[in-house]
Amino acid sequence: MADTGYIHSFQSMGAVDGPGLRFVVFLQGCPSRCIYCHNPDTWEFSGGTPWEPAEVVRKILRYRLYLKNGGVTVTGGEPLAQPGFVAELFRLLHAEGIHTALDTSGIGTPEGIQRVLRHTDLVLADVKFCTEAAYRRYCAMDFGKVCRFLDAVRDAAIPMWVRRVVVPGLNDTPEDIHALLSFLTAYPNTQKVELLPFRKLCLEKYESLGIPFPLRDTPELSESVLSMLSAMLPPHLR
Amino acid sequence: MMRTAQWEGFRSGKWQETIDVRDFIQQNYTPYEGGGEFLAAPTDRTQKLLHKLENLLALEREFGGVLDIDTNTVTSLLNYKPGYLDRENELIVGLQTDRPLKRGVNPFGGLRMTRDACRAYGYELSRKVEDEFQYRTTHNDGVFRAYNQETRAARHCGLITGLPDAYGRGRIIGDYRRVALYGIDRLIAEKQRDKDSLGLEDMDVDHIRQQEELYQQINFLGKLRDMAAMYGFDITKPAETAQEAIQWLYFAYLGAIKEQNGAAMSLGRVSTFLDIYIERDFRAGRLTEEQAQELMDDFVMKLRMARHLRTPEYNELFGGDPMWITEALGGMGEDGRTLVTRNTFRMLHTLYNLKPSAEPNLTVLWSQSLPEAFKQFCAKVSCDTDAIQYENDDLMRPQFGDDYAIACCVSAMKVGKQMQFFGARANLAKLLLMSLNGGRDEKQNIQVGPVHEPYQGEYLEYDKVLELLDFYRPWLARMYANTMNVIHYMHDKYAYEKTQMALHDTDVHRFMAFGVAGMSVLADSLSAIRYARVRCIRDEETGLITDYEVTGEYPAFGNDDDRVDSIACEQVEAFYRELAKQKLYRNAEPTLSILTITSNVVYGKKTGATPDGRKAGEPFAPGANPMHGREKNGALASLNSVAKLSYRYCKDGISNTFSIVPQALGKTEPERLTNLISILDGYFGQMAHHLNVNVLNRETLIDAYHNPEKYPNLTIRVSGYAVNFYKLTREQQREVISRTFHEVL
Repeated sequence: MADTGYIHSFQSMGAVDGPGLRFVVFLQGCPSRCIYCHNPDTWEFSGGTPWEPAEVVRKILRYRLYLKNGGVTVTGGEPLAQPGFVAELFRLLHAEGIHTALDTSGIGTPEGIQRVLRHTDLVLADVKFCTEAAYRRYCAMDFGKVCRFLDAVRDAAIPMWVRRVVVPGLNDTPEDIHALLSFLTAYPNTQKVELLPFRKLCLEKYESLGIPFPLRDTPELSESVLSMLSAMLPPHLR
Repeated sequence: MMRTAQWEGFRSGKWQETIDVRDFIQQNYTPYEGGGEFLAAPTDRTQKLLHKLENLLALEREFGGVLDIDTNTVTSLLNYKPGYLDRENELIVGLQTDRPLKRGVNPFGGLRMTRDACRAYGYELSRKVEDEFQYRTTHNDGVFRAYNQETRAARHCGLITGLPDAYGRGRIIGDYRRVALYGIDRLIAEKQRDKDSLGLEDMDVDHIRQQEELYQQINFLGKLRDMAAMYGFDITKPAETAQEAIQWLYFAYLGAIKEQNGAAMSLGRVSTFLDIYIERDFRAGRLTEEQAQELMDDFVMKLRMARHLRTPEYNELFGGDPMWITEALGGMGEDGRTLVTRNTFRMLHTLYNLKPSAEPNLTVLWSQSLPEAFKQFCAKVSCDTDAIQYENDDLMRPQFGDDYAIACCVSAMKVGKQMQFFGARANLAKLLLMSLNGGRDEKQNIQVGPVHEPYQGEYLEYDKVLELLDFYRPWLARMYANTMNVIHYMHDKYAYEKTQMALHDTDVHRFMAFGVAGMSVLADSLSAIRYARVRCIRDEETGLITDYEVTGEYPAFGNDDDRVDSIACEQVEAFYRELAKQKLYRNAEPTLSILTITSNVVYGKKTGATPDGRKAGEPFAPGANPMHGREKNGALASLNSVAKLSYRYCKDGISNTFSIVPQALGKTEPERLTNLISILDGYFGQMAHHLNVNVLNRETLIDAYHNPEKYPNLTIRVSGYAVNFYKLTREQQREVISRTFHEVL
């Protein structure tokens, strides 16, 4: 069918991907290659298990009693790479009164983005850097596309939580956070900024996939730097 | 209308005419919908007392778990001089022996076990006690006079384990509140009246036994009165103040644990009852919040000092030196008012004032309708202490009313109106192996069940395996019921619970509580047989199937997958239905639990390799838990699988232990609390029964494993109860560490 989704896995309990308890759907396939990605097993578009949106909804409904303060988060991989599936999934979830969150890096076609946002309650937007050069260098991504996605979210008046993985040596200075905050002034729909510390728990995954991990020698982000940077966030964005 | 001065200030009701504690509570309690902000910190006096207790506990640890044993005195209500922790400063008094943490000997259940327990800690049971029991039949003697060959073989190979045939059966909850509300004189008068009217009946076996039991009950109520008098208290009349109410109630509990060494000696449901006395004292201006908390702190310190003398073998089954002083908290009333009171909070608050502890076994009766502030408070206590468990009030209330309590871990009973004959558990994984091997034990190669042709062929076929199970299951149920009948006949005869049964209605309802272990191993094994390929590996010498080779994937219990979850449900129901066909001692009503305590380790050790790929000797999962590491879809999927097991067939309880790392529950404390509440509401909303909640990191446990001295108060929930981690055996500690901890991806 047209809206078949290719799914990497399900996590029945997520408590850190949006508000409340959330059922998390991991989609298979991502067009970007961020050097610090911790889910390299979701990159390839060739893998994944096919699921119809209605089947996934049936599965999720088994958890609806837990989700009253939460909902469903779709992440990946890159959800916007499968806009038909995500849009239909979200539409069906809305019909059941379940809150929907899209966790994305913002890379998708304008039509796909519009289809998905129509049924999205919250966007968890990865804003990895604030310059075209850094996006190119570390993620093989087009910053302009990311900005166009963020504009679309703002124009649709959808609340947004901005997430930033803070990597030592890449984007861990106060200037980086200043730049992010000033960039976000253009997006008044931002409700929260989450700084996620760079971790290397994914090392094993890279090894088992036989992919070299580019940041093998980068240290994890220290608690102290994280709390120093977090303190820079204005209270209404914490 | 009966009037007594001690009841001044209470609303009258039918509780005055007949023994009816529930009616007293309903007429007089004050529901509390607020939060914990009113709670008081420990006073200097409490802290001094606690310091003293902590020193004693440290000493007990140094002495290898037992501080001292009185090998000369058989424990009972009047055999020890009064004992104190700190006579001048205690608000609530009474110890099991004459010194704190000193253990008495209780050979009524069995002499050999007492002897062995003394020896295990470097003591010798005295000549005096040996002589006293030379001409006395113990419960253990009686049982072994009557056990048949089948039971002996089944015990020997571990098909049934943990039977209370060498010590007190426990799991009986006296309504200790009655002593505070009515005083001993009234209770004796009521029992005497019952005895007199029973005397008018035909004297058949049942009535004669009942007559003698009533004699014993009255006799021991008298001893309870005299025991209190030794401490300088007259408990013949009702309690007049909150302090007296706690003291009277505690004396009743103390009498019970002096008399009996039952495996589980629950406290019942006392906090809301006591709140009524505290509120009355508040109204009269004779008590402050600080003083009320002090009384509860002191009471709980006493409970934390309760001890029984056990053998190392016992500790392997029931690790951590538990007493199961289970106190049921909260819940809703039948009229829709919450049964949460300020004193419910005070009881939970002892985990802060006195630091976390395994005892008393605090059990929150969870309802969707509980006040939100109380839910928040409980969630916080769970995150901070890992010391409390939750059971579904919305599931139990329709069956047990609103004045039930929990025996042991998960067994609901109406307080003072129902009792149970406890009987450990049957090993379902072993039943499967025995069915494949024609009734022979796979480890010891002895014939245990009836002879039948063993499974033929190289690969296991689902339908053929089910047929064999259908042949052996009825046999197991009958043998198990026979064994239980013997145990409880003999326990009534030689070790009857006189104090506790005096605090029940004379016309009491009896359950016979059976249990199963290895449920998830059985379900996964059958799933492997059905959905993957399982090849039998036979021992060349004996011909027994002793190992299995699994190829392919199979759906495992714990992933909310109906293909296997339905197998689990079918197997549990089938076993219950067989039990329900058996003729039971004293016409008891059969019930079933899925609960292991820490015996899942021992059960695993005694069980050969299983068709799910589990190796010989590996521990089972505890209770109704999925096997470690087989849950692939996260925490809620695991909960959903367990929630499918029907309470209808497992009215004695379905235990599930849930461990999650704090980071996976949410980023901030408020998030974690809200999310934990959502988990509990979601799980219990599906009519699931029980949940132990641990919020901690595996690393903490590993550190505690290597450096126990750093963690004297580290408390975790294991299976229906909590333990101080350091009190578990090394093997049990390793098993707890190996369990699934739900983490962030």
